[in-house]
Amino acid sequence: MIKLVWLVPFLPLLGFLVNGLGRRFLSKSLVGFIGSGTVLASFVVSLLAFFEVKAPGFQAQVVHLFNFISVGSLHIPFAFQVDQLSALFLLIITGVGTLIHIYSTSYMHDESDESFARYFAYLNLFVFSMLILVLGANYVMMFIGWEGVGLCSYLLIGFWFKNTSYNNAAKKAFVMNRIGDLGFLLGIFFMIMQFGTVTFPDVFAKAAPLGMNNPTLIAIAMLLFVGAMGKSAQIPLYTWLPDAMAGPTPVSALIHAATMVTAGIYMIARSNVIYTLAPSIQAVIAIIGVATALFAASIALKQNDIKKVLAYSTVSQLGYMFLALGVGAYSAAVFHVMTHAFFKALLFLGSGSVIHAMGGEQDIRKMGGLKKYMPTTNWTFLVGCLAIAGIPGFSGFFSKDEILASAYAHNPVLYALGLLGALMTAFYMFRLYYITFSGKFRGTHEQEHHLHESPSPITIPLIILAVLSVFGGYVGLPEVFGKNLLAEYLSPVFAPSAPFVTAHHLSHSTEWMLMGLSSVLVIAFILIARQKFAAYEDTGKENTGLAKVLENKWYIDELYDAIIVRPLQELSRFFRDTVEKAGIDKLVNGVGRGVQYSSQQIRRVQSGQVGFYIFAMVIGMIVLFVIGFLL
Amino acid sequence: MPVQYYIFLSIALFCIGVMGVLMRRNAIIIFMCIELMLNAVNLLLVAFSKMWADAGKVDAGSAQLFVFFIMVVAAAEVAVGLAIITLVYRNTKSVDINILNRLKN
Repeated sequence: MIKLVWLVPFLPLLGFLVNGLGRRFLSKSLVGFIGSGTVLASFVVSLLAFFEVKAPGFQAQVVHLFNFISVGSLHIPFAFQVDQLSALFLLIITGVGTLIHIYSTSYMHDESDESFARYFAYLNLFVFSMLILVLGANYVMMFIGWEGVGLCSYLLIGFWFKNTSYNNAAKKAFVMNRIGDLGFLLGIFFMIMQFGTVTFPDVFAKAAPLGMNNPTLIAIAMLLFVGAMGKSAQIPLYTWLPDAMAGPTPVSALIHAATMVTAGIYMIARSNVIYTLAPSIQAVIAIIGVATALFAASIALKQNDIKKVLAYSTVSQLGYMFLALGVGAYSAAVFHVMTHAFFKALLFLGSGSVIHAMGGEQDIRKMGGLKKYMPTTNWTFLVGCLAIAGIPGFSGFFSKDEILASAYAHNPVLYALGLLGALMTAFYMFRLYYITFSGKFRGTHEQEHHLHESPSPITIPLIILAVLSVFGGYVGLPEVFGKNLLAEYLSPVFAPSAPFVTAHHLSHSTEWMLMGLSSVLVIAFILIARQKFAAYEDTGKENTGLAKVLENKWYIDELYDAIIVRPLQELSRFFRDTVEKAGIDKLVNGVGRGVQYSSQQIRRVQSGQVGFYIFAMVIGMIVLFVIGFLL
Repeated sequence: MPVQYYIFLSIALFCIGVMGVLMRRNAIIIFMCIELMLNAVNLLLVAFSKMWADAGKVDAGSAQLFVFFIMVVAAAEVAVGLAIITLVYRNTKSVDINILNRLKN
């Protein structure tokens, strides 16, 4: 089955080609069937591959397809690497991807035939790129997928390209990603310079003897991390992700849960050897991670757009994953990627269901009381909120607890900040839940009349994801409860870095205490949120002070606008008006005018006086002779 | 006789020729001055040829072939040139070269 793993990315590619080329001829049901069917088929193949990989003692296998680049001593094959990490990501991507595809068949049904097919073609291409990213057996392959997801995110965020602000959001995402991509690319170049190879095992084998704190390794680690910052929306490159909400809601689910933003986590987990050997960069990652987690959570507290809240919560959760990577808890980060994929996809699809029922309204102040109109969406959304808040027994609890425990073992300050972020998460998620689903309806009568539960292609994925959000966490139980199956499963991937890691072990009593503390506090914050927002009334009052700053996202967009965008525009204007008009144009015109003027002057020499001509000839010959004799 | 005498004589003849070409306006005189320059060169060639032959470096007279060659070419040139001057005179009733400025601009 491992030999057939190329089918996993190939099938979505096929779906992309068929849907993309046949978008004018295929009917909606056929397009939906092809789009979802190809991803479902790759899910089945991934599942079969996963069972093979799961067997104890499985060694990473490389499926070589052809030589991609072969220059001098540098050989970059087009090959897929199947091991525990990539198999797990395959499952997440194709599994959650399938559900999102099925969901989209209903959600996007109002589109015209052609844009419906275009949508599914992009969606398939997105999944394909992400699969190339995680399956690639070297950094260049990873970079191909990396660029692919960047492109697809651009295409899908700007899917409704007739809207200028959506287009701007798409461009913003693309440009921000490019900044990160440049770092990644430079990292690859450094790697080629230093190691002469980009294949994962070779790079790691050559990196290990360099020892700790080698400057080249630090440079590579930092540059790769810049790439991860862009793709995984960390400070300072995070502002594109909330704007990416311009795309259709299932796309947001796909970007936030299954593809794209997890790429940075995957890349660092994959390069764990390099990062373990560069502890200073790990510290940077941990700090940026926890800062992002807190910062984004604080913004989410005051957002009123249902998707914006979820977007900032994604940024914040990604911060947790980077915190885990920074403290060396690689398997905890991957675990959180998995559980986050479940509950974040669930929440986004749930919010899509709400938006669908509300006829496109996204402002939660105009919702309320949706509990009785949309029972399935309500309880699945509640499960998602419980999971992300980290209520014991739900998946988010286990993964977040593992991250926080690792952070505590590393540095209690990181733990305290992480816990604060977790409490804010619980608060804003339940603020969102209560404002949206309880209280009484605050929209127009027309909207109230229109309210309905969504059809089954929307609710079935919600139910499946809700089940996964509850039980997905049981693969990674904390030590006090039993075996952490996931950590054991992933251990071969992180084995090469194991000799350099000093393991922190928490005593069981500490672990119990940490869990108890976070659970109690989270529940307390949920109760506060319930107290405040269960009977929410929209007073229409303007926020003041800190609340206003938070509502305006700390004015970061304005700050970037002021320090980067506007100076750049000023500079462009200066170049356009001054350098172009007064400099380059003048220069070019001046050359022309100079030639004209001088030829007019030289024309006078042609007087028709034969005597003068001969005189000039003689002078010329004398000059030539003099030059010939002197030189 | 030292070869320098021939060289100085040649230079003098050549310069007279050059000055004549530059200063005179009569086409026929200019023509004669050109011949003067050619013959100054011929004289120089013969002188050098004799000098190298005396020194035993080359066979006597081998370099003087050039002189005959130049004479033949000059004769041909004179034939063409005089014909042109004749035609110019028929058209303009003058052999003053300053009239021939129709190529101007």
